[in-house]
Amino acid sequence: MFGPYASFIVGSYAVVAGVIGALIVWIAWDHRRQNATLRELEASGVTRRSARGKTAAP
Amino acid sequence: MAVIDLANPTRFLKLVERLLPWLALATAVTLAIGLQQALSAPDDYQQGATVKIMFIHVPNAWLSMFVWGVMSLSALGTLVWRHPLADVSAQAAAPLGAAFTFLALVTGSLWGRPMWGTYWEWDARMTSVLVLFVMYLGLIALWRSVEDPSRAARAAAVLTLVGAINLPIIKFSVDWWNTLHQPASVLRAGGPALDNAFLIPLLIMGVAFSLLFVTLHLAAMRNEILRRRVRSLRMMQAAQGAA
Amino acid sequence: MSALGALLRRDIRVALRVGGGALIGMLFFLTVVVLMPFALGPDLALLRRLGPAILWLGAMLASLLTLDRLFLADSEDGSLDLLVMSRTPLELTCATKAIAHWLAAGVPLIVITPALGLLLNLDFSATAAVALTLIAGTPALTFTGMIGAALAVTLHRGGMLLAVIVVPLSIPVLIFGVAASTSAITGSPAFGTPFSILCALSLASFVIGPVAAAACLRQRMD
Repeated sequence: MFGPYASFIVGSYAVVAGVIGALIVWIAWDHRRQNATLRELEASGVTRRSARGKTAAP
Repeated sequence: MAVIDLANPTRFLKLVERLLPWLALATAVTLAIGLQQALSAPDDYQQGATVKIMFIHVPNAWLSMFVWGVMSLSALGTLVWRHPLADVSAQAAAPLGAAFTFLALVTGSLWGRPMWGTYWEWDARMTSVLVLFVMYLGLIALWRSVEDPSRAARAAAVLTLVGAINLPIIKFSVDWWNTLHQPASVLRAGGPALDNAFLIPLLIMGVAFSLLFVTLHLAAMRNEILRRRVRSLRMMQAAQGAA
Repeated sequence: MSALGALLRRDIRVALRVGGGALIGMLFFLTVVVLMPFALGPDLALLRRLGPAILWLGAMLASLLTLDRLFLADSEDGSLDLLVMSRTPLELTCATKAIAHWLAAGVPLIVITPALGLLLNLDFSATAAVALTLIAGTPALTFTGMIGAALAVTLHRGGMLLAVIVVPLSIPVLIFGVAASTSAITGSPAFGTPFSILCALSLASFVIGPVAAAACLRQRMD
């Protein structure tokens, strides 16, 4: 169906799918990792200035 | 909500959380339509079925330049307006732009092999994309080599703008270099006027890839904002530990 | 030997990090190869003929670029003095550092050689020949270069001087590396002759490099 150069066509679509898939996976995994680290840091008592609100220490 | 409110990272994060599922859905749908159109497109008179590679090569090539444009706007935001999200936008866009440029090169090479017989032909257009790829990599290396995010952002912003100004100059020089050595111009596939049977799938894929970039960019910006929060929390933690 | 093993692991890890030089070496190699056709013209036949030479030059310049980091970071934070004064023979320490540097900075260059060969219109066997000669020759570049790095570590802006010192020492490696690659393609002097000389150069550098570098580092301490 794709003619004599089918492997080139399939190959290009595969590379594009592969790289984009890898980007999506990396971004999703990075998101999960940052959120986990943030939760861990906030649980250990460190908070951001804006999150401390009116009870901020002087 | 005024646009200026988006400058607040927390509000921006909330906006992204709401938008992202819809953007992802729109991307997926457009990609699906585009792929269906691309795969059912007729064969080209000269190239046969390999014209189908054009439907993924051209959007990537176009995105490689568009993303540098987005980074340039972000660079202006950093240098001129000191917009806090401009740094994040530029940093998040760079690897994405590099990936699209890489894909443009690979698909261009695979498209060229059946036509030219070689995987690489130093023609003007592809060579410009190759130079752009090296520029992306250099920019990413610069981002990673400066420790402080806001200093890195300013350095990268200058380089991005210098690159933006230089790109037309490079393109012109490469064109001229090419004609110096190859008086017979290579007949580029997809010529001056594209038949609708090819133009429509190409445009749909173009829109799909653009939506893909916007989705990935916003998601990556979100990650970068979180990463910077982690960094400042860690620094606070270190300060508290030392106190 | 666990001290040397620890040194090896640490050096590789540092080299692979941001300022460490492994990735930037690859990028520089790519840049040099992309640069060549702009100077030479996009004539594919010419590029194919010059391909092995361009790849060897690029690899040599790229490995030169990262050589000054071999001792620089250690000298800056004081660990170089500790290494010189420790009980482990300094020659072995230098050899370990050179091995780490080759693994982290030299091997990536060899890994991207096929992709760069594609840009220069080299066919698969030509690229394989170049890669093989690079595997045999880049250790020589690193070990010989280490001598220059040891000499230049005392100087703050020693980068260019390092290049000037190391390049003459590396010329034999370049000559036989390119000769071996070209003979693999054209078949005319037998591949074995230049290739075995290349291997001999590497083996000799495994001894001369660490001994000379250790001597340089020791004399720096006085």
